[in-house]
Amino acid sequence: MSQQQVEMKQQHVESKQLEAGKQKRKKNLVLIIVETIAVLISIVTFIIPFYFIIITAMKTGPEAARFTITWPTEIRLWQNIIDVFQARDYMLVTAFFNSTVITTSSVLILAVACSMGAFVLQRRQSKLIGWLTSLFLAGLMIPSAVVPTIWVLEQFGLFKTMPGIILVMVALSIPFCIVLYTGFIATIPKEIDEAAIIDGCDGFRLYFRIIFPLLKPIHSTIIIITSVNIFNDFVHPLYFFPGADNATVQLTLYNFMSLYNSDWNLLFANVLLITIPPFVLFLVFSEKIVAGMTAGSVKG
Amino acid sequence: MKVNKVYSYWLLLPAFLIYALLFLYPTAVSFFFSFTRWTLVDWEWIGLENFIMFFEESSLMIGFKNTLIFAVLTAGLKVVLGLMIAAFLTSQIKTKKFIRSVVFFPVLVSTIAVGITFKVLMHPSEGLINTALSWIGIDGPSWLGSPSLAIYSVALVDVWKGVGIATVIFIAGMMSIPKDYYEAHQIDGGTKFNAFWHITLPLSRPAINAVILLALIGGLRTFDLVWAMTGGGPGFSSDLIASIIYKQYQAGFYGLSTAGNVILFILVACVVYPVFKFLTRREVDL
Repeated sequence: MSQQQVEMKQQHVESKQLEAGKQKRKKNLVLIIVETIAVLISIVTFIIPFYFIIITAMKTGPEAARFTITWPTEIRLWQNIIDVFQARDYMLVTAFFNSTVITTSSVLILAVACSMGAFVLQRRQSKLIGWLTSLFLAGLMIPSAVVPTIWVLEQFGLFKTMPGIILVMVALSIPFCIVLYTGFIATIPKEIDEAAIIDGCDGFRLYFRIIFPLLKPIHSTIIIITSVNIFNDFVHPLYFFPGADNATVQLTLYNFMSLYNSDWNLLFANVLLITIPPFVLFLVFSEKIVAGMTAGSVKG
Repeated sequence: MKVNKVYSYWLLLPAFLIYALLFLYPTAVSFFFSFTRWTLVDWEWIGLENFIMFFEESSLMIGFKNTLIFAVLTAGLKVVLGLMIAAFLTSQIKTKKFIRSVVFFPVLVSTIAVGITFKVLMHPSEGLINTALSWIGIDGPSWLGSPSLAIYSVALVDVWKGVGIATVIFIAGMMSIPKDYYEAHQIDGGTKFNAFWHITLPLSRPAINAVILLALIGGLRTFDLVWAMTGGGPGFSSDLIASIIYKQYQAGFYGLSTAGNVILFILVACVVYPVFKFLTRREVDL
């Protein structure tokens, strides 16, 4: 090969490398621009509404009524929150108390009843079990029959009572919880059961002593997700828990909407208060929540 | 047989009892009471009258149409937008955690709170959305005040609130696709877009099916968002079957309300079951 040819080849290779480098830098620049645009879009569409909630909750009445996102001239967030709590004879305090009781009791009943039920549904095999499983799964799809449920509750004297709404919440969350528990129990080897049976465990002891503790990860997922769902539920308290004293946080918020037609700062202080509990849960458990929701949906 | 005995039906009893009493039984009797004029204490058999009323009264019929539009529109948008966001978030970007959290968080916020917030943001003259539109010279519409637009505005808010769950399901589906497929595709010299079209999309099918079904079921049953934002108005223009059930219940027409429930049940079954069959058939073909 002549000297000239070698030089030409080298030049060619160099220019190619240069070109590739340029392209790479160009590609990086494009990526950065695309990513910046994506972040901006997500801020505009998803963060500004929450920013609006916070900033309106901080303003005075007349200023809040202008619906702008300018910084408040006078910050009275604390006063607004106190006002909201004091409104209608401390209605919101009652509401938070009721919602907390409803949520925790339903979730506890669900965790015990559904994990027990799912254990039998997953382990036992018979035609009846197949039938029962499809009955439970049907609940994922079928809308609940409202007035007949009220009719049933009335016959037991449970309409407009706390136990009534708790049982309704439990009944309507059972399908979702059963699906999640059955999926998880399927991953626990049957050999564990067999060993326990040989050691003389009966069904109840096997379940409570051995299986129940093994379900810890799925318990926490279910507790978090159903808590958020039940705490946020508006429709069922509206139907099954009406009455002036039977407030839940969502019902109170809805009633405040018509009550505070002009006091937007107080309305949004209420919105802010209601949004804080799920926000805290999200900060602490976001991975668990996401995992649980995706698992539940794909299997369901 | 001895083993089966260990898994005693007693363990299943509490869950089944509550579920049967407060879900299965009311659902079963709803079919009977939908044919009656009902006061909760007393009932009178009136045959198909409730159903005829439902389909003849235009204010009730509109709810039927709106429910279908709402469910199909929200499900479609959640799938398309969710896929786009998920594809973007599974590529090599640095802010994926931030964007994912931001998109997902509204899923956990109360529907009533979201409804109130957007009712204000969509205010025709003062609302932030129309103010922002006026900056770029667009005269924003009356989002919730116009009878032809209200239901679509509510549907958009529903997508805003629910696209996060679709996105995380899609991300989970896409993460489970083996990397080898993409490597093989790259060696063959395929483009990124082609990879999305020929690998990501077909292999995300189970996730797509799950999102379609979830969104359809949720959309057909929606009540609270509409109730918080428009109350079914203006007039009856944004009523859904679920909001009509509530209105009839409030008015004391328990039989008519229950007939609405039965119609909703049948509608959900008639939409969701064929879609489910169709989607899973395609899944097998692959």
